[in-house]
Amino acid sequence: MSHDNGNNKEIIYVGDSRIRANGPKPAPKDYSEFPGRTEPFFPNFLLKEWMVAVVVLVGFMTLVMAEEPPLGDLADPNNTNFIPIPDWYFLFLYQLLKFEWAGGPFIVIGTVVIPGIAFTALLLAPWLDRSKERRPLKRPIATGLMVLTLVAMVVLTWEAWDEYQKTVASAPSGGGDGEGEIVAAEDPAYTEIYKNQSCAQCHGENLEGVNGPSLLGVGKKLKADEIIDIMDNGRGAMPPGTFQGTDEEKKKLAEWLAKQK
Amino acid sequence: MLRKIYDWLDHRLDITPMWRGLADHEVPEHVNPAHYFSAFIYCFGGLTFFIVVIQILSGMFLTMYYVPDIVNAHASVEYLQNEVAFGKIVRGMHHWGASVAIVMLFLHTLRVFFTGAYKHPREFNWVIGILLFFVMLGLGFTGYLLPWDNKAYFATKVGVEIAASVPVVGPTIASFLLGGDIVGAQTLARFFALHVFFLPAALLGLLGAHFFLIRRQGISGPL
Repeated sequence: MSHDNGNNKEIIYVGDSRIRANGPKPAPKDYSEFPGRTEPFFPNFLLKEWMVAVVVLVGFMTLVMAEEPPLGDLADPNNTNFIPIPDWYFLFLYQLLKFEWAGGPFIVIGTVVIPGIAFTALLLAPWLDRSKERRPLKRPIATGLMVLTLVAMVVLTWEAWDEYQKTVASAPSGGGDGEGEIVAAEDPAYTEIYKNQSCAQCHGENLEGVNGPSLLGVGKKLKADEIIDIMDNGRGAMPPGTFQGTDEEKKKLAEWLAKQK
Repeated sequence: MLRKIYDWLDHRLDITPMWRGLADHEVPEHVNPAHYFSAFIYCFGGLTFFIVVIQILSGMFLTMYYVPDIVNAHASVEYLQNEVAFGKIVRGMHHWGASVAIVMLFLHTLRVFFTGAYKHPREFNWVIGILLFFVMLGLGFTGYLLPWDNKAYFATKVGVEIAASVPVVGPTIASFLLGGDIVGAQTLARFFALHVFFLPAALLGLLGAHFFLIRRQGISGPL
């Protein structure tokens, strides 16, 4: 220890500056006294841990650069079509509530009883599993319970995600798929009717979608009479009766929109 | 020159014992990935801390642009992501880092559980670790609302509805989280405060205790 070899160290005081701290500091044991190849934490061991961290960092930054963080549309409390989904690590808890015996009138089981038992057991694990044995295969109850819990969590998370994907696929999403280009862009239904009505405010000048969904490719999903029905009665966030022109114009616009395939 | 500055400071402040106490403690062979490749499982705790540091730093930079009110929150996130230099990277680090932190924390917890490292005399550090897990989940839940997009809004709405369905304390928890009757301006301000001040403070305090206990009790021996 370099600081301990008495190189004219100045006086060290305790809290009261009139009292000197005396007695040498206890030197740490020499590493030869420890079993195996023990190392000092800094810099020897930290260097090795940092090398592991660098591998993780490279993988992490690759993910960050490859996948742009998602940002959806501005929150709209009146949007009735949106299918809520929690972040992935809450999915298993969310899915638990969908069991008949853990939801509806029995919601207490799903929100309090099961998570309560699981988290209390986790918190009190050192007092529930008091044997000296540490090897996982020699304490089958603790290991077995944890493995079962993990399997249940994975299955519930997978089920929740699967269900979410199916709900999204079957939900009336409105609009087109937003792909491709405008068909028949010279049509007066577009240049005169569409652009002069309020359509473009929500669906965009070029059908690209602004607050409302894109109408590019809407013809793949909807026929002209279905589009007229939506203009008359609204759908989702779109209020009814937004089209202010004549029936003739409405029909032309709907037929032109149905061509957007 | 540096040596002289250091000596001058050490002479007056006696700083050597402080950092030598951190630097010199012994790390046993069985947790060293340089000796056994399988010892990388002992790195998950350190990696969780590493990701937490990334989260704190990227989060600090995000607050330079983020505006926690319902009119501007979404626009400020859009701006920092699409207009600000490296905004996409910094938000990406914070967004994906949240998931990676949970994964690392999960792996660390499983390592401690399966190696029985929570047993006597380390019971108390296990409890602190579980509390840290809850704080991290809280950070995830509160951070999810901040971009104020549809996904954030409706996930929080459902989350609070679930909390409100808990008997006796449910309505109290819900009104604490919402700060009113609906997910709205109050909720966003409050989630921001929880995400940026309260929960990180709890996290750092618990982490300090976690590390202090590891130093006091040492790393559990090989299996």
